[in-house]
Amino acid sequence: MKLTQGCFSYLPDLTDEQITSQVQYCLSNGWAVNIEFTDDPHPRNTYWEMWGLPMFDLQDAAGVMMELAECRRVYGDRYIRISGFDSSHGWESVRISFLVNRPPQEAEFELVRQEAAGRAIRYTTVRKPAAHAAQ
Amino acid sequence: MNVHSGTVHGKERYRSGVMEYKRMGYWEPDYVPKDTDVIALFRVTPQEGVDPIEASAAVAGESSTATWTVVWTDRLTAAEKYRAKCYRVDPVPGSPGSYFAYIAYDLDLFEPGSIANLSASIIGNVFGFKPLKALRLEDMRFPVAYVKTFQGPATGIVVERERLDKFGRPLLGATVKPKLGLSGRNYGRVVFEALKGGLDFTKDDENINSQPFMHWRERFLYCMEAVNRAQAATGEVKGTYLNITAGTMEDMYERAEFAKELGSIVVMIDLVIGYTAIQSMSKWARRNDMILHLHRAGHSTYTRQKSHGVSFRVIAKWMRLAGVDHIHAGTVVGKLEGDPNTTRGYYDVCREDFNPMKLEHGLFFDQSWASLNKLMPVASGGIHAGQMHQLLDLLGEDVVLQFGGGTIGHPMGIAAGATANRVALEAMILARNEGRDYVHEGPEILAKAAQTCTPLKAALDVWKDVTFNYQSTDTPDFVPTALETV
Repeated sequence: MKLTQGCFSYLPDLTDEQITSQVQYCLSNGWAVNIEFTDDPHPRNTYWEMWGLPMFDLQDAAGVMMELAECRRVYGDRYIRISGFDSSHGWESVRISFLVNRPPQEAEFELVRQEAAGRAIRYTTVRKPAAHAAQ
Repeated sequence: MNVHSGTVHGKERYRSGVMEYKRMGYWEPDYVPKDTDVIALFRVTPQEGVDPIEASAAVAGESSTATWTVVWTDRLTAAEKYRAKCYRVDPVPGSPGSYFAYIAYDLDLFEPGSIANLSASIIGNVFGFKPLKALRLEDMRFPVAYVKTFQGPATGIVVERERLDKFGRPLLGATVKPKLGLSGRNYGRVVFEALKGGLDFTKDDENINSQPFMHWRERFLYCMEAVNRAQAATGEVKGTYLNITAGTMEDMYERAEFAKELGSIVVMIDLVIGYTAIQSMSKWARRNDMILHLHRAGHSTYTRQKSHGVSFRVIAKWMRLAGVDHIHAGTVVGKLEGDPNTTRGYYDVCREDFNPMKLEHGLFFDQSWASLNKLMPVASGGIHAGQMHQLLDLLGEDVVLQFGGGTIGHPMGIAAGATANRVALEAMILARNEGRDYVHEGPEILAKAAQTCTPLKAALDVWKDVTFNYQSTDTPDFVPTALETV
């Protein structure tokens, strides 16, 4: 399964040159850029691990790309995303987020159904174990 | 034409009989509106021979304290405070016989936090007033003190995006078609395919409630199966606007509770349920962490004609106060009414924290929203992937783009239609952020993206020439020089 979270997951994976452009877009808007990684890309997993603090006050995307290279070297087998954070009033939130690294074998999810009263069903999205995912 | 007040004072003012509204205190050209006043701008078209000032004063009178004759019981009240005051009347540029009347209302005239009370005052009975040929409520200004009495959008754009974990691009949706006749099981199939293919949301149409071909519980059960399946298949949060519109509030609450029990993140209501019902559902949505989608069903009956009715910008303002999270606000390029400048005004009302006066967008007043949540506009009706560059340029990033026919009518199937839209959108956002002139290079950007996406290529081929170029009926009337006299 190709995980489709983030702003650009329906396009071919971004090249480093394309990532640099997007990071520069964030910086030119005055947003702080954050690198995060995880091996648990469940759609409700809000808090991925932070690769250091968000990069405030940066001018040049090259700084982010160096950090990304380092993050990939250590966690290249996980999902890595870059986000731009806008601290201006009324937003104070993420303004863009996109994947920049996928593990060699992508995560797979399955749906667990618990049949409840009447015909209601309680749904839980769970990660398939790797052995099953490989099939 | 803003001559001095002819207001009669003292004993003379209260002599029994009929007196012109403009002499009763409803025409006060020297009045300076207070920061705490509610202000309404009406387009007044008097009957032949009726003085425009008197007609405008009558609107002020009949929408506040006046009746057709003098009553002595006014003297038991602080009547001068409660009288609405028309303080300015201007001829409408390019529209002989029509006048813009500015009317100020004291804040004490309105119950806090009630659109029903506000609208009963402002549009309650003046629209049928005989001396007027036509009347339109063009715009309103709400003081911060009044704005703060409303809850506002239950969720708001920022929190909606955080819950969905979707940032930096418009959201994508589709209305299930055909809008009538599908069984619950078949309906859920459309939802599943569209969400799995790449849309964020699917939507019930305004008239899908509970009919013989599909009772509401069937729809909810099958739709939630589809939503959860698509979520597991993509690893993304998905939603479907379950329309809970019903004949009674009790039925609506029952449907809302069932949607919640099944794990839906969003429910939907129609504008025709009424302002009070909308505010009730907004409170329910806030209590239950639910996004509240509003379909503006019926609005064109009174918003579309310039001479008579209520402008949609007023409805948009009321709905932001009332507290919905999504509102259909026009596409400009699609099949439904929408002048670009006027539509821009609606979008600004929904999304900005402060709207400066902008006559060219139909905004007659500065309006502060005092940190009330932002309301997500929805563009729906006759749009397709080939227009992506225009849509992004005209409507911006914080909008739900709904491609109903443009998804379900795709020659390769619903999921392919959804993928085509998503790829077109992401390619356009990527290009915009790279600093490209995406508005002019749009067709090339789409063609290039289509090289690696067959569904997009098919979509561009099928709908490449579809446009809806008709003249708009609702456009702002202003002359740029009018700005200087304000």
